[in-house]
Amino acid sequence: MFGKLSLNAIPTEPIILGATGFMGLAVLIILGALFYFKKWGWLWREWLTSVDAKKIGIMYLILALVMLMRGFSDAVLMRSHLMLSVGNNHGFLPPFHYDQVFTAHGVIMIFFMAMPFMFALLNLVVPLQIGARDVAYPFLNSFSFWLTAAGAVLVNISLFLGEFAKTGWLAYPPLSELPFSPGVGVDYYIWSLQISGLGTLLAGINFIVTILKMRCPGMTLMRMPVFTWTALFSMILVVIAFPVLTVTLAMLGLDRYLDMHFFSTDFGGNQMMYVNMIWAWGHPEVYILILPAFGIFSEVVATFCKKALFGYTTMIWASGAITLLSFVVWLHHFFTMGAGADVNAFFGITTMIISIPTGVKIFNWLFTMYRGRITFSVPMLWTMGFFYTFVIGGVTGVLMSVPGADFELHNSLFLIAHFHNTIIGGVVFGYLAGITYWFPKVFGFKLNPKLGKASFWCWLIGFYVAFMPLYILGFMGMTRRLNHYDASTGWHPFLVVAAIGTLIIGIGILILVVDLVTSFINRNQNLDVTGDPWDGRTLEWSIPSPPPFYNFAHIPHVDTLDAFWHSKQNKINQNTNTHYEDIHMPKNTGVGFVLAGFIFIIGFAMIWHIWWLAIAGGVGTIATVIFRAFDYHTDYYLDASEVEKHESKYLNRK
Amino acid sequence: MNITNPNSQHTHHDDHHHEEDKKNLFGFWLYIMTDCILFAMIFAAYIVLHKNTFGGASAHELFSMPFVLTETMILLTSSFTYGLVMLSAHKNQTKMVLLWLFITFILGVVFIGMEIHEFTNLYNEGHGWDKSAFLSSFFTLVGTHGLHVTSGLIWMCALMGQVMVHGITKKTINKLACLSLFWHFLDIVWIFVFTIVYLMGAI
Repeated sequence: MFGKLSLNAIPTEPIILGATGFMGLAVLIILGALFYFKKWGWLWREWLTSVDAKKIGIMYLILALVMLMRGFSDAVLMRSHLMLSVGNNHGFLPPFHYDQVFTAHGVIMIFFMAMPFMFALLNLVVPLQIGARDVAYPFLNSFSFWLTAAGAVLVNISLFLGEFAKTGWLAYPPLSELPFSPGVGVDYYIWSLQISGLGTLLAGINFIVTILKMRCPGMTLMRMPVFTWTALFSMILVVIAFPVLTVTLAMLGLDRYLDMHFFSTDFGGNQMMYVNMIWAWGHPEVYILILPAFGIFSEVVATFCKKALFGYTTMIWASGAITLLSFVVWLHHFFTMGAGADVNAFFGITTMIISIPTGVKIFNWLFTMYRGRITFSVPMLWTMGFFYTFVIGGVTGVLMSVPGADFELHNSLFLIAHFHNTIIGGVVFGYLAGITYWFPKVFGFKLNPKLGKASFWCWLIGFYVAFMPLYILGFMGMTRRLNHYDASTGWHPFLVVAAIGTLIIGIGILILVVDLVTSFINRNQNLDVTGDPWDGRTLEWSIPSPPPFYNFAHIPHVDTLDAFWHSKQNKINQNTNTHYEDIHMPKNTGVGFVLAGFIFIIGFAMIWHIWWLAIAGGVGTIATVIFRAFDYHTDYYLDASEVEKHESKYLNRK
Repeated sequence: MNITNPNSQHTHHDDHHHEEDKKNLFGFWLYIMTDCILFAMIFAAYIVLHKNTFGGASAHELFSMPFVLTETMILLTSSFTYGLVMLSAHKNQTKMVLLWLFITFILGVVFIGMEIHEFTNLYNEGHGWDKSAFLSSFFTLVGTHGLHVTSGLIWMCALMGQVMVHGITKKTINKLACLSLFWHFLDIVWIFVFTIVYLMGAI
């Protein structure tokens, strides 16, 4: 009846039980509050059924921040365990649990922290920057979000029901094949990534159509803000790369579920094909994450230096070059596979070439700052922290692109330090810069700059304390995913330092939370009534904060790059027109939520081999899609008088 | 909030729906491209694995060419009949649209039926997907195409229902055009399947 699911699936480890208890408590408090304040109707009408890109963006943001906590807890567990697990002491995590922790850390940070964070920013900013009222497919947007959320829920369920994969974040076979991973861990991995990956793919299509088809009149491609450009490139990578991930994980699934032999050790399976395929997705994936961050830095630097971005055109071409090149470097993740000197040399050289457009970008930002009026605001600090940190990460990357050097450093802690150098220094710093920058636009009040600066310095210093020792440990021969070592290795002092660094980053995260909470409580003191708190350059600053649900009462017309900046310089007030027209709007719908719910049921049932439930979920999914297809009344017109009412409310606030 | 009936008063709303239709077709093209990459990866896997028979039967020994050729012809014909669906739709002939959709549907069902027949035969003769990496990739490649056709058939049913309810409108034409793209795309994929799996296997 319940497949492999039984009471034995609940782990008895004290640490897991503690984490489960904590998570259960948090869920109970939220549920209790919803009942106590009678907010269920509000939650359903305003959020779960919302197709407004701004609200979906906020939900992505909440998901990303919650998952940041989860992923960071895993990091704390690993670092504190390794600090203790030396010589006769074996630390507090048994190997099977330690393996799940490092797998979950990677999966959560990439798929359920960084990706939702990126889509949060895209949803919040891209439609506003191009002068659009929403994304191309609002319903699909809601569906995408709920698929991502369903995947995240599956990963978290694995904490207290069964286990998570013990294979590392890319689940290489043969280890991830049934004979070597007979539990449900890899199945959790497969289904959570398949479900959230589908959401990502659909969101990618959605944003490409939005950016290419919904720009306001006059906004030619070369008048698009850089963030929108990088979002476009990133989404192009998404639609090319994510089908590859889908196929790869599907084949692994077929091996596990139907006894096929794509990657098995016998019957002619080929494990290296998996490694090639997963990295053909995996390398573009890191550029999917970093390109929007580059866009954020471009916006931040131009705004806080009061100058047009230096080299706008080269910035776009550099992003395009990175987009193309990101597909021809994947093999550098496994030079040691033995593809031969020629193949390794090819991929080594392409990897080195990719640092050229990236270097172009760094110089563009520096030249923008040169002779600019720099305001050292919190987003600007994140940006400058990024320059130093990302360049170090880039240089160590180029170092490893030499196949000979890579043979020494492959899978050592040097590699771990390298990619955290680029992902924390680039992606995390970038997204935190972005959310601090656009926060007043989204929520209507500013964050506290003092706390923001404190958080930044904790992150920056903590990062260097936590990861510089790992470079040294890599040279000393320490490999990744070790859970115990001998005192004679001499690694212990460095791992203690790294653990202290993690603690400092933890303080940075704590300050970030305090910042969010106290700024919310004191929001009336730091309201953004102008809609343009930073003296911005792009269209999102031309409308009130937070924007009305239809974004623009009048669709703007632009005739230059940084049109809003120029209209301010030339003292053109765009808000004088008080003649309003009806606005075409999508209706809210719960179908996206329900559909993702059914797909979640399929995933859960497949993980536990509850076949009847999987079939039920499948039937529910198809029925819901057909139900939606027959609904021809998915939109409405917002009356001009309503628009006028909203707009006068905003105008009077000034 | 004032919700007005889109069919009354507002003339500029028609323009809006026209824009909407163009956007939908473009988005659907993008989806087709992602599906194309999905198939490309499975083809790549098939090409890598097709010699890994692990001592079992190879492509050369397994497939019956006349059978597969019939299958191919049926699918190609269904693409032609779907073309007639679109022609009738543009001439606003609701009944003809339904008739040609129904014929396309039947041809699709026959194609899927033949594929299931081929699969069960292979399995019963001891050439299941669990016998070698070659057979795994064969079943996955052809099966993925078959699953696509099946979902196209379900979609076709839903569209027949919508044409019956709403008749031929701009919106139903747009929906028919999306399925048309999908259906022809599956035909093109099948031509690659036919060439790479069956023809090259027969050599």
